Amino acid sequence: MQPDPVMNAHGEWRPASEIAQAVAGKQISALSVTEAALARIAQHDPLLNAFTDVTAERARAKARAVDAAIAAGEAVGPLAGVPFAVKNLFDVAGLPTRAGSKINRERPVSLRDATLVERMEAAGAVLVGALNMGEYAYDFTGENVHDGASRNPHDTTRMSGGSSGGSGSAVGGGLVPLALGSDTNGSIRVPSSFCGIFGLKPTYGRLSRARSFPFVASFDHLGPFARSVEDLALSYDAMQGPDAEDAACSTRAIEPVTALLGQDIGGLRIALAGGYFKKNLFPEAQEGVAIVAKALGVAREVELPEVARARAAAYVISTVEGASLHLDRLRTRPNDFDPATRDRLLAGAMMPAPLVDRAQKFRRWYRAGVLELFKDVDVIVAPATPCIAPKLGQQTFVLDGVELPVRANIGIHTQPISFIGLPVVAVPVPLDPMPIGVQIIAAPWREDIALRVAYALERAGVVAAPRPKGF
Amino acid sequence: MADPLNDYIDAVAKVLGLPVEAAWKPTISANLAVTLKMARSVEEFALPDETEPASIYAA
Repeated sequence: MQPDPVMNAHGEWRPASEIAQAVAGKQISALSVTEAALARIAQHDPLLNAFTDVTAERARAKARAVDAAIAAGEAVGPLAGVPFAVKNLFDVAGLPTRAGSKINRERPVSLRDATLVERMEAAGAVLVGALNMGEYAYDFTGENVHDGASRNPHDTTRMSGGSSGGSGSAVGGGLVPLALGSDTNGSIRVPSSFCGIFGLKPTYGRLSRARSFPFVASFDHLGPFARSVEDLALSYDAMQGPDAEDAACSTRAIEPVTALLGQDIGGLRIALAGGYFKKNLFPEAQEGVAIVAKALGVAREVELPEVARARAAAYVISTVEGASLHLDRLRTRPNDFDPATRDRLLAGAMMPAPLVDRAQKFRRWYRAGVLELFKDVDVIVAPATPCIAPKLGQQTFVLDGVELPVRANIGIHTQPISFIGLPVVAVPVPLDPMPIGVQIIAAPWREDIALRVAYALERAGVVAAPRPKGF
Repeated sequence: MADPLNDYIDAVAKVLGLPVEAAWKPTISANLAVTLKMARSVEEFALPDETEPASIYAA
């Protein structure tokens, strides 16, 4: 009898690394893994609402091709037969790239996949669909007025987090072992935190954004979600490399990290982010950071300079670049936006230009200050979100006696980091009943260090992607 | 009392050709006020005249 392609001998979900090994070793077929993933999507997605498109026939064709290559003795990639899905701002041939919007779904279908989809499939992975997201990625909740909210697999009355909400929901709920998303101000790290999974926001410019729908050119990053650090690393390695079709994509050579994961972290200088990052935290967020800091033996704090202004500058640049992107749609289709998105973008369109220029100059100053810190530390630990996943539709929360809007405050700890493009691994602390994430932040281009620390924490049992009840 | 940003919103909307319905104005104004407050907090921070913006262009 062929083993269950989705579960291992212990009844736990198989990680992508294990699936790929089993497929390459002919223990299971890529097609059976794909069928199992499609069955899980059919079973659970009506509740989670993570998928907006399921590309079943394409997936079966790709899986058959992987199986045929293996049968012919050809080399298959490190992700052979691994199902994955992408936030619906990635171009997928044959689908319109809706980017969470009503407007864009009327566009012609894409003729070619996004670069990162091509690279994942070149490594043997099998695309099974496109994922729900906040409208035009301007979101931290995972709610969407056009497609409905994606739901948190740990409590389906709660937010998945945004804007890559479907990515968090699909990986957290075990529908796929890998997903891709985007992170402009926190949109990989927030759903990772809320859904209890691992997420990698690489250095700005590390992974190509070619043929994905943008939001804020200055801050847009793409990256993977997974339930293990090794799976993050495998997919990250598969996607690295220059791409002339993304002006921001670095020409740096590929720097593989998977083989480095097990390296000792004893020599790394690890500090806790102090000041701003210790404020505005619910007890669960404090506990998550404390657990990680204790496990790593962190004895020192560093204070990033002028973090509140950094977050403010990120906010300004985001709303203005977002407004610039959508200016014509705001003129011609204002009633087809989510009114909340539209009114924020209209306000962004009205910001005086000198203030935006100042924000970009401040960004230069802040980057220099933070890079100075990295002369003395290798890793900075910080909260990923101020809270566990709020309830769907929740508008405010009370923190330190002050009632604050949920939407505007979910990303307060992620924005100052993506603002200068630092690589971050969001690691899930499996608190009960709801998990919460912690940011492992490294210097630019040192994804290897952040991933090694995440891997050490995972091996020590400190962080893990908990399996939700009922999944 | 009239919203002090209303005249500004009307003027910019006209210049940019943005259709702003009266019902949207309170939310746009609230968003604009928050964004301006954020921007002013950045502007208040003194930077050397020589500071380059992060978005420099390399030929």
